[in-house]
Amino acid sequence: MFDNFTPPTRRDLLTMIGKAGGAAALYQAMTVLGHAKDSQFMGPPKLSGAKPGATVLVLGAGLAGMLAAYELTKAGYKVQILEFQGRAGGRNYTVRGGDTITELGSTQKVTFAPGNYLNPGPWRIPYHHRTVLHYCKELGVTLEPFLQINHNALVHHKKAFGGKPQPYRDLMVDWKGHVSELLAKSLNTGALDTSVTAEDKARLLEAMRDWGVLDKDMKYTKSDKLGEQRGWERPPGGGVNGAPIANDPFSLSETLDSGIWQTLGFYAEHVMQTTMFQPKGGMDHIGKAFQARVGKMIRFNTRVTKIAQDDKGVTAAWTDTKTGATGETKADWMVCTIPAPVLNQIDFQVSDKKKAAVRALPYGNSVKIGLEMKRRFWETDHAIYGGISFTDQAISLISYPSAGCFSDGPAVLLGAYPFGVGAYMLAGMTPEKRIQAALEQGSVFHPAEYKAEFLSGASVAWNRMPWILGCCATWTEESRAAHYQDLVAMEGRIVLAGEHCSYYGCWQEGALLSSIDAITRLHQRASAA
Amino acid sequence: MNKAIRVATLAVSALSLAGAAMFAVPGFAQDRPGPGGVVAPADEGKELYEQICQACHMADAKGGGEDGARIPALAGNTNLANKDYAIIILLKGRGGMPWFTDMLTKQQIASVITYVRGHFNDYHDPVTVADIERIGTANPPVPECNTCGH
Repeated sequence: MFDNFTPPTRRDLLTMIGKAGGAAALYQAMTVLGHAKDSQFMGPPKLSGAKPGATVLVLGAGLAGMLAAYELTKAGYKVQILEFQGRAGGRNYTVRGGDTITELGSTQKVTFAPGNYLNPGPWRIPYHHRTVLHYCKELGVTLEPFLQINHNALVHHKKAFGGKPQPYRDLMVDWKGHVSELLAKSLNTGALDTSVTAEDKARLLEAMRDWGVLDKDMKYTKSDKLGEQRGWERPPGGGVNGAPIANDPFSLSETLDSGIWQTLGFYAEHVMQTTMFQPKGGMDHIGKAFQARVGKMIRFNTRVTKIAQDDKGVTAAWTDTKTGATGETKADWMVCTIPAPVLNQIDFQVSDKKKAAVRALPYGNSVKIGLEMKRRFWETDHAIYGGISFTDQAISLISYPSAGCFSDGPAVLLGAYPFGVGAYMLAGMTPEKRIQAALEQGSVFHPAEYKAEFLSGASVAWNRMPWILGCCATWTEESRAAHYQDLVAMEGRIVLAGEHCSYYGCWQEGALLSSIDAITRLHQRASAA
Repeated sequence: MNKAIRVATLAVSALSLAGAAMFAVPGFAQDRPGPGGVVAPADEGKELYEQICQACHMADAKGGGEDGARIPALAGNTNLANKDYAIIILLKGRGGMPWFTDMLTKQQIASVITYVRGHFNDYHDPVTVADIERIGTANPPVPECNTCGH
């Protein structure tokens, strides 16, 4: 009897659990088996058996809308998409030489060299954003590493080191050293004797000596051993002058001034942990890959003016922004991905509760500025290959390109990426003034080269993008409690999707997970109808 | 021009008028710059308008966009005749516009509303910190009006 028994594969087992217990049980099981954990993604939705002739209208050709169209078409629905812009992708967006950036109040012509680009929206994909990574693989989008942490990049704080930026590495090592010395001191004076056992105290002292690179007196001081982490005054070499010379660590006060713990904390966040990826050649290759599948369903330059539904179907009234022509598109069901700042201005036939949820969802603002430099001076002159230099000025950071290291010719670095006050300050400037400000502020990192090597710049202020009027949804604990379920609930024949309908706000992963959830519920309702 | 202001039944959170830097972290584990800019906005109304408000409402305070996707004008905006209207929106946000309680102090909110009402409109009675506190305590609902500016 046992001869015929084939143990189920992990996949078979998960399928069985999924069928018997539903999604929650499947997720639970995947977690126990060591899958998932950091993602709710359980593979693409396996929808099938749409009622013959059933139709779905999708509003918005961003990633959420195009994923919905792609998967619902596979399930047998006839899908149409209405898109405000003349371009698919939404915030999945890349600008290159020859492109025009049209904001409220300004127009920019981008003059970057061929191959150079700026990702004004999403720019990095953590290894655990499994939905994005899945569709990149399925749709043939080539990914390459995004260089997230660079120990040789810089940290600038106006009030630290007289305004001189310091390497992340030096500050990180000094922080660890000073904290270790202080903990060792506390332990040795007996200050923690009521908190730790004698055995743990001994282990902690050994750990602090090792981890903090403390000397025999448990002090954080200059040594060759420290040089092996922190770098050298004179690095190791060959021949007669081969012996290295260690350099001096910063004092505790100086290290505190730099605010380095914030940078360490930032890199410790799950969504900021490596490995990170980016599509080769620009983030918009994801949008283009979806568009290659669903492009024929998209009606571009179509501004939705009214959304209605009854027990038979949905209707979107629209105006063609090129011709001024008006029309209506009808379908059985609707997936609406229009961003909240725009949706709250459209006549939208849903309950007061859902309207209130849409209205209670302000969008944060962000600005990105790309600066094209004549050459990769950060690589050739400073040995900085990719990664981020942080500053407490309005620009918040500069980031060096992950791709094309060691190549000659012009390259684009990210010259600003603020949220909050800094983003408002830069957004309110003309595009020319934004570039000037970015050059001025970014010069603290590379004063000798920054302005001298500058060729051209391009900026995107998300609050001035006419089709979204913001960057991404700003939820609070209170607004989640009051409105989130009302926002995502399918109402009649309409379901909303997008990053704003997820707990992964401002990430493409959130847009895709939201869309999968929305179309799964839509298909259930359509199948039951 | 004179669209009636209806009162929405929005459930809103309790007001916190702290100077916390929460605003820079608007989302849940969202992509963000990290421990970057900690820039203090100006204290004076005109400068504050230029640093913060004109990002959306534009340098001439005429807003932008088109019907259905519009940023409201603040210039010649009759809703601003009632100073409480502007205070409520800065304290609580409305539609796509966020609240500014975690970015601006009460004095800064008072100064910038005074500037917008007096410079881009003809309403010259100043808004004071006491006004901000009065609205913060009364906690009225957010006024509802379709884009509130035209």
